[in-house]
Amino acid sequence: MIFAIPLAWLQLIRERIRLLVAIAGIAFAVVLMLMQFGFRDALFKAAVRFHESLNTDIVLISPQSTALIAMRSFPRRRLYQAAGFEGVESVSPLYLSFGLWRNPINKSTRQLMVIGVDPMAVSISVSDTPHWQDAIKLADHVLFDAQSRAEFGPIPELYRQGEEVTTEVSGRKITVAGLFRMGANFGADGNLLTSDLNFLRLFPERNPGLIDVGLVRVQPGVNTKALARRMKAALGNDVLVMTREEFAEFERSYWEKSTSIGFIFSLGALMGFIVGSVIVYQILYTDVTDHLAEYATLKAMGYRDVFFYGVVMQESLILSCMGYIPGFIVSFLLYILIANATSLPVWMTVERASLVFTLTVLMCTLSGAITLRRIQQADPADIF
Amino acid sequence: MEPVIQIQGLNHYFGQGQLRKQILFDLCARIEAGEIVIMTGPSGSGKTTLLTLIGALRSAQEGSLRVLGQELRNATKEQQIQIRRQTGYIFQGHNLLHALTARQNVQMALDLQPHLSRQEVRERVEAMLCAVGLGERLDYYPHELSGGQKQRVAIARALVGHPKIVLADEPTAALDKKSGRDVVEIMRTLAREQGCTILIVTHDNRILDVADRIIHMEDGRLSETTIGISV
Repeated sequence: MIFAIPLAWLQLIRERIRLLVAIAGIAFAVVLMLMQFGFRDALFKAAVRFHESLNTDIVLISPQSTALIAMRSFPRRRLYQAAGFEGVESVSPLYLSFGLWRNPINKSTRQLMVIGVDPMAVSISVSDTPHWQDAIKLADHVLFDAQSRAEFGPIPELYRQGEEVTTEVSGRKITVAGLFRMGANFGADGNLLTSDLNFLRLFPERNPGLIDVGLVRVQPGVNTKALARRMKAALGNDVLVMTREEFAEFERSYWEKSTSIGFIFSLGALMGFIVGSVIVYQILYTDVTDHLAEYATLKAMGYRDVFFYGVVMQESLILSCMGYIPGFIVSFLLYILIANATSLPVWMTVERASLVFTLTVLMCTLSGAITLRRIQQADPADIF
Repeated sequence: MEPVIQIQGLNHYFGQGQLRKQILFDLCARIEAGEIVIMTGPSGSGKTTLLTLIGALRSAQEGSLRVLGQELRNATKEQQIQIRRQTGYIFQGHNLLHALTARQNVQMALDLQPHLSRQEVRERVEAMLCAVGLGERLDYYPHELSGGQKQRVAIARALVGHPKIVLADEPTAALDKKSGRDVVEIMRTLAREQGCTILIVTHDNRILDVADRIIHMEDGRLSETTIGISV
């Protein structure tokens, strides 16, 4: 019959205000952690949206390239060399550069990423515009990223209304021939997709023989990894060969490891953890202190210390669950709000939700464990 | 038969080193089963210290203190807990748990006896609260009860587990004459029914007549008096 009375629960709900403060505090910590982790994951996810939209199996880049914002070009003949490998279906070059876009409404300029592809190859996935390859074959015609930031002007709205949208990119007049979706990332607030020829018209200083990314399609049934290994061995050191997944991971690990972004957001989450721990500790400590005489009475009746540890641990578990639920709901709504406001890919994932729940339980039990020392001070000899 | 409480040459000290001060001096006493003993004496004479020693709330240091056949000097933590479980305490303040109702407070004492079924626990708790005259207030919280009622809940809590010994420290101190008298009468009746030994520490002259025997403590030394002299 031990633990027949849910003492932990009854003591918690006895002090309504304190309980509400505790729940608010824990919920705040939960929101903080979920937001920080959410932002971090969203930024990393945004960074590889370009990579994931590529219609390729193997990617060649210059070994001097470190990330999408810092691409070095390499000789196009390396790509043609790769085309000679057995198992390769097709190859196509991709050019990348940053151009200055003039907002057609308020005439302000802003930098965006320009992607130049071979319109004869299906090298990138575009779902919004049918026959987009024909559209960008026309001179100075481009596709505009509908998920670019709003500062570039209301291009998608104008286009959908059927207006012809013309403006300048890097001093050259262009026409929007359609829309595609990629979204903003670290380096670019917006994106343009056009043909390789149009790309070279926009950036006449670029040498057509030097490309930024080489795309290699592999025949069905061929082991991509093994083929990539063979290319690596044969092509030498002046080009990097990776599968598309490795290319995405290459970008992700640049942002995670070579910049402070991962660290900053993890630090933010740690702050939430610490703030939450301090709040829970304060609440539990006050709670135990308030009940010290009662605990001493129970000890005098023959209750063992273990019983009180149980009470405190139960209290911390109850608090973590009660704080997590509102924290989760608030974060869920904030994710939706942020996704709409920033066009960053933020949404709740099961992994993150369970990670933060684990951290919340850890936070509460850790604080509970520190509070246990206080219980040993409940001396039954003092209460007579 | 061995007495319930047997004290021989018991000394007790507070503090350490230079500050060490002797509180109890060479105490000797026997309390037999079923006796109601009142201990009187001025404040600071060591009455409460003796009570906490008998209740295994403090470790005995010198001499011999046997309670229910268990030597408490050098007793282990577990032995202390077993003595505590066979002892009912009534404190000066009621020391009820504020988050629990009268019924739950009394149940806390029975939850230490794992062999009882839920049903038995319930029945015994209710019977005990009825016996102290709180049958109508089973689900009241301590703050909804008067001082006398709270003290009666505390008595119910002390007695519900059928302890072999009841130790009470100034149980009537916070009560008016009528409630104080009621509380002591309840203790006496219930103790008689259950055949337990009661040791009451008190200054309250109005309740001395319930005792079979009165012992007096002064400056850490015990002396026996007969009923009537100190009244």
